[in-house]
Amino acid sequence: MVNSMRPPLLLIAAAVVSVAVAAIPLLYLLVRTSSAGWNAVVEALFRDRTLETTITSVALVTLVIVGCLVIAVPTAWLLARTNIPGRAFFLVIAALPLAVPSYVMAYAWIAEFPSMSGIGAAALVMVLATYPYVAIPLTAALRSIDAGHEEAAQSLGLGPLAVARRVSLPLARPAAAAGVLLAALYTLSEFGTVAIFRVDAFTRVIYTAYRASFDRTTAAVLSLVLVCLALLLVVIEARIRGKSQRWRIGSGVSRPAPRQQLRTRGTVLGVAWLVGVAVLSLGVPAWSLTRLLLESQRSELDIGELVGAVVGSVSSSMLGAALALLLALPIAALAARYRSRIVRSIEGAAFLGHALPGVVVGLSLVFFTLAVLPAAYQTLAVLAFAYAVLFLPKAIGSSRSAIAHVPPGLESTARSLGRGPLRAWCTVTGRLAWPGIAAGTLLVFLTAMKELPATLMLRPTGFSTLATELWSRTEIEAFGSAAPYALTMIIIASVPAWLMGRWLARSPETAPSTDRVDDEMVRTDEVAYVGGVR
Amino acid sequence: MTTSPAVPQLSLQNIFVGYGGPMVVRDVTMEVEQREFVTILGPSGSGKTTLLRAIAGYLRPATGIVTIAGTIASNERTWLPPERRQIGIVPQEGALFPHLDVAGNIAFGLRDKKKARARVTEMLEMVDLSGLEKARPHELSGGQQQRVALARALAPAPSLVLLDEPFSSLDASLRFDVRTQVRRLLADIGTTAVLVTHDQEEALSMADRVAVMSAGRIEQVGAPWTVYDDPTTLNVARFIGDLVELPVTEMQGASAHTAVGWVPIRDHSESESSSGRVVLRPEQLVLVAERGVGPDPQGVPGTVESIRYHGHDSLTSVRLNDGPLVDVRSAGGAGVAVGDVVRVVVTGTARMFADPVV
Repeated sequence: MVNSMRPPLLLIAAAVVSVAVAAIPLLYLLVRTSSAGWNAVVEALFRDRTLETTITSVALVTLVIVGCLVIAVPTAWLLARTNIPGRAFFLVIAALPLAVPSYVMAYAWIAEFPSMSGIGAAALVMVLATYPYVAIPLTAALRSIDAGHEEAAQSLGLGPLAVARRVSLPLARPAAAAGVLLAALYTLSEFGTVAIFRVDAFTRVIYTAYRASFDRTTAAVLSLVLVCLALLLVVIEARIRGKSQRWRIGSGVSRPAPRQQLRTRGTVLGVAWLVGVAVLSLGVPAWSLTRLLLESQRSELDIGELVGAVVGSVSSSMLGAALALLLALPIAALAARYRSRIVRSIEGAAFLGHALPGVVVGLSLVFFTLAVLPAAYQTLAVLAFAYAVLFLPKAIGSSRSAIAHVPPGLESTARSLGRGPLRAWCTVTGRLAWPGIAAGTLLVFLTAMKELPATLMLRPTGFSTLATELWSRTEIEAFGSAAPYALTMIIIASVPAWLMGRWLARSPETAPSTDRVDDEMVRTDEVAYVGGVR
Repeated sequence: MTTSPAVPQLSLQNIFVGYGGPMVVRDVTMEVEQREFVTILGPSGSGKTTLLRAIAGYLRPATGIVTIAGTIASNERTWLPPERRQIGIVPQEGALFPHLDVAGNIAFGLRDKKKARARVTEMLEMVDLSGLEKARPHELSGGQQQRVALARALAPAPSLVLLDEPFSSLDASLRFDVRTQVRRLLADIGTTAVLVTHDQEEALSMADRVAVMSAGRIEQVGAPWTVYDDPTTLNVARFIGDLVELPVTEMQGASAHTAVGWVPIRDHSESESSSGRVVLRPEQLVLVAERGVGPDPQGVPGTVESIRYHGHDSLTSVRLNDGPLVDVRSAGGAGVAVGDVVRVVVTGTARMFADPVV
């Protein structure tokens, strides 16, 4: 239930402050760009390179979208609608690539095939890294189609293929579309993979412009163009997500549609397909990494450096997660309980973070600290702030749905039993929602550990993290000595998937919900977010 | 809280409540005496839960004065938040805290943690759930949950308890028992209670007084039998119980002529317009078999169209020869069959209302 009362002023004030703070990078980027003067901006905008970069980025994103659909649609159909053996196993396999940061995957591929480069290579790796964003929600959607719909279509004279084309796939389309856009957004913001394969997409061009030249207006203008493209994807994604929610009205008790019984030939082909996808997305990276690790024992591994990188990753990410929680809580508490124009715009503004690539936040905060707070330039605090801004939507999303699952009646009952507003919130709503809030914070922490471009731009001199160490070694093609860092990274990145799974399995008891269907859908969303948009 | 008996436990004066749009509660004025049990009865959307939330302090009325035990809880200038009103609330579906056991739920509102244990034991005894201190809410049946919710509301010894459709989630057989228990318990400890419901049987059977709400207004407040037998508005008459509505064809003094014959009108004033409708309860009509009537037959003739048999009584729909269909209630079976020709006789007096403006 959403409270129709006016929200407390203090809560709105806190949320507005949070949003304003989180908006600093974007706002400052606008300020910085406009201060360069109209002519400089126009000149940068209409340079040939701007157009080339746009074409490259759009082409890469298009390739990734097509590739994701090609892999995800048959995979999801096999897992959701056939009796193929080992479905549970293959479902886990389909989710696992989310645990491998995409530039780690790119590193594993290039270490195995050093001649790989260009847009095709980048697209291949991005597809293998992001197809779970499409496959997992699509599997869930195909699974949740009510048998009644398909039976009705059959009774109206449609054959099996026509049923799939005219009923089942359209019903699953919103889920697939949302997933595709997520993969597209991820690709647009990706820095590591694009740089490893030397593709001149926005992120690499911006980074190079920032590093190499003193013409930072170009970097700023390109950043704004990138943000606009990303914003477009975020808005479309949000539209589709909203629409898909309206599509699952009339919950009731639905009967899952029956699975198609595959014959021997179909089973063999299906298993071959699933194994093939698994080999490409997990087998090759695993093989490459194992080989490199075995070889790197011969070369020297500096344990001290590895520990230093872990400490750097953990400390900066922890600080970032704490800051994100601080900014997210007032917004989540507000958005979970109240619906008004102010609340919607606050929430919408906070979600703009989805459209801010790490490169852009990094660049803007470099400008900002140099111009406004020189003392803060290249300090841990600014790096943590960048993480908080980048991953604020994750912290809000998780906390918000956890808070929304606590019936508001509980809190008002606590009020009538003599507890003031803040105490009632903490002892009842906050207490019941804390697994979700904690999971959101953990998610920010673990995603921040994987962040690369902003870390490269903002870290204090001499400060290293797992991501930066892996990066500097890959850059000089010291693949063997990078392997331990990649492995540590994968282990750390797998933790959120595992913890999240445990938390999601437990949550129905902690937060009782009358609407199980909705619950399931929320979970699918959150699983899709585990890997993060960056 | 001790107050002199003259002070009502709850007083509402000209309360208006809205959510920013049109007012949902309009000009409600009523008082609830100490130790009284009042039910607010109304269809869904009538504003009764909104009124309850305004009394509890979850909503601030747009205008009007809420006074609890002589203390102003809400008017134009002052507003007591819910935690300072000392009102016990039993919400719909219980709303027990799922992260606390039964003892934790009941002790939630107790300030003195040292005495809490004894109080929890006492409360559990009172609601007949001794020994369930360590049980979790989801392990309890619906009726048990509801009783724990009541114990939780009563534990801090509030002087006023608000119950928001507390029995609607229980199944019919359980509902009756829990209702009886709750009513007796509240009477025993002498707590003032306001219960909101859309279930007229619940409202009539539990209350000292019933307030009937419709479209945000309280249309009538009175003893259960008063609102049933003597509704002051057509809305109230229609909302409570079954109704026979008949247009008046002719007036003679305080008697109105209708399709079932002459009916004496209660509280008739000459100034009232002579057109309108008479409302009767089905039990005011009596069936007489057509055969064996004397030369001066009573009542008006008609044909039985349908019979709804409920065991303890039955409702017979009779199509009068003049046209209208009337329901007649008989104790037990009606002793007639569909198609029988019968006569309908009216007993007692009725109220007459002006035709509603369409």
